[in-house]
Amino acid sequence: MAFPQTHRSVVLGVKSADPQERARALDALVAAYWRPVYRHVRVRWHAREEEAEDLAQGFFAAALEKGWLARFDPGRGRFRSYLLSCLEGYVANERRAGKRLKRGGGRAFVPLETTDGDGETRELPIPDGTDLEAEFQREWARSLFAVAVESLRARCAGTGRAVAFALFERYDIEGTDSATRPRYAELAAEFGLPVTQVTNHLYWARRELRATVLDRLREITAGEEEFRAEARALLGKEPW
Amino acid sequence: MVTELSDEALDHLRHVTEWPDFSGTRYELRSEVARGGMGVVYVARDRDLERDVALKVIAAESADAETTARLRREARIIARLEHPGIVPVHDAGSLPDGRAFYAMKLVSGKRLDELMREGPPLRERLRLLLRICEPVAFAHAHGVIHRDLKPENVMVGPFGEVLVMDWGVARHREERPPGAAPGSAPGDEPRSLSAPGITAHGTILGTPAYMAPEQARGEVDRVDARADVYALGAILYFMLTGHAPGRPPATPDASTRTWGGSHDHKTAQVRPPREAAPGIPRPLEAICLKALAAEPGARYAGASALAADVGRFLEGEPVSAYPEGVWRRVRRFAVRYRTPILLVLAYLVMRVVLLLVARV
Repeated sequence: MAFPQTHRSVVLGVKSADPQERARALDALVAAYWRPVYRHVRVRWHAREEEAEDLAQGFFAAALEKGWLARFDPGRGRFRSYLLSCLEGYVANERRAGKRLKRGGGRAFVPLETTDGDGETRELPIPDGTDLEAEFQREWARSLFAVAVESLRARCAGTGRAVAFALFERYDIEGTDSATRPRYAELAAEFGLPVTQVTNHLYWARRELRATVLDRLREITAGEEEFRAEARALLGKEPW
Repeated sequence: MVTELSDEALDHLRHVTEWPDFSGTRYELRSEVARGGMGVVYVARDRDLERDVALKVIAAESADAETTARLRREARIIARLEHPGIVPVHDAGSLPDGRAFYAMKLVSGKRLDELMREGPPLRERLRLLLRICEPVAFAHAHGVIHRDLKPENVMVGPFGEVLVMDWGVARHREERPPGAAPGSAPGDEPRSLSAPGITAHGTILGTPAYMAPEQARGEVDRVDARADVYALGAILYFMLTGHAPGRPPATPDASTRTWGGSHDHKTAQVRPPREAAPGIPRPLEAICLKALAAEPGARYAGASALAADVGRFLEGEPVSAYPEGVWRRVRRFAVRYRTPILLVLAYLVMRVVLLLVARV
């Protein structure tokens, strides 16, 4: 059974004749890919923070202007791999041309706070044995989950479920391993809830996050086959 | 604001969205530790008893009446087998969504295949095999056949304690597939789709590389304790050579096909372990090949008999699987009683020398 389609693919949306749909599609792609693109430029191309922002900005602007994303053929592989090859070509050309001017054509795709944000100006070293494509995929996964977490936060705030999100944040995001993760009883005491409520809230939040991640994934993949393959890579199994 | 997710948080989130609903139970999930074809194993906190346990839950995508029955049967079988080499079951139940689960002791240690990569000495490997045979022999004595023994299903604790895991394919000799006539003899057991060991979809359960030929062919009525002996022989083969003896056919129809690797199920010939590792003593190779015999009747009768032969090898005694010539018997005798023989020889030499000196 195919997973129910709730979102139209923005990978296909960038080919739309409707400028509004194209812009919406590009914004969704940028939200998902800004961080992996930025990190890849920093690590693979030894770019400093400002230059990496500049190149990432320029890449998305060029992709929009030159219609690279619209040329993606779903029959020839995953969109993520295609985008990475476009990025490689773009940065290589920019480096050859020695361009150092502000790129982006005046359009800022994302606020600067989405970068490392630690004020670092040094290059990020490439760790020994790093598989850059795997690293790109990991950053892509991180970005997708981060967007989904923000979406969940907003939905919880808007529907009176802030407690559910706060519990989820404390247990599943801040508690990074089983040693530092609080017990349900501790959370129950902290939030003044019965333990059963903690269990219920956490289950609800995780289920919602899963649905949101899959929705976002549906958006940024080109079809059922790619969606299922990416879901497998992301969650370790196909959506059911 | 965009949430910054650490590597640990990302890895956790990738799993946690699939975690089942444990509301209404006394367990709170901590982390996922293993995922198999039928179930997922989590580390969980038992709030009532204030201890960590391992929870095995049917994977959401596999949840149906058949897997539910299998998981419950697994829990019942393990609960019957109280042995230090078998993980005890603490509890069993159902989740709010109807999925079955059971709680068992949380085991720490290394899997046998991981431990073997560290290259322990031969005698230590063989002593481990003896400890694996103990719970298997215990299960056989209670009428239970494991049917999926392999290095990945054996845990070795920090003090060398051995635990045989994953009894999901195990079967009690009294079990009858649903619909079988009560009182029917084992030979009457139909090779039906619902027979234990074959799923409703016709998939043979178990791990091909360690599976006895009769089990690989789906001959349910021929699978008995000697199928486990075969798997123990395959584990011994792995311990001696670093790889499994071969890959049996995936389907019953493929049983006559010849395939690569170290095992040909057409002739059921296993490539002798000494071809892969010439340093293996011949009696030990013979033990391994006897356990891996194609015909169940040519194997050891049970895990105890196999263990007894391995024990004899460790003690330097003759093993039943390897008939010795006179010269080999003398050599083994000399090796085993090296010290007293040397003492006697030294004494005799000294007497001869003294005799000669006295004559001079």
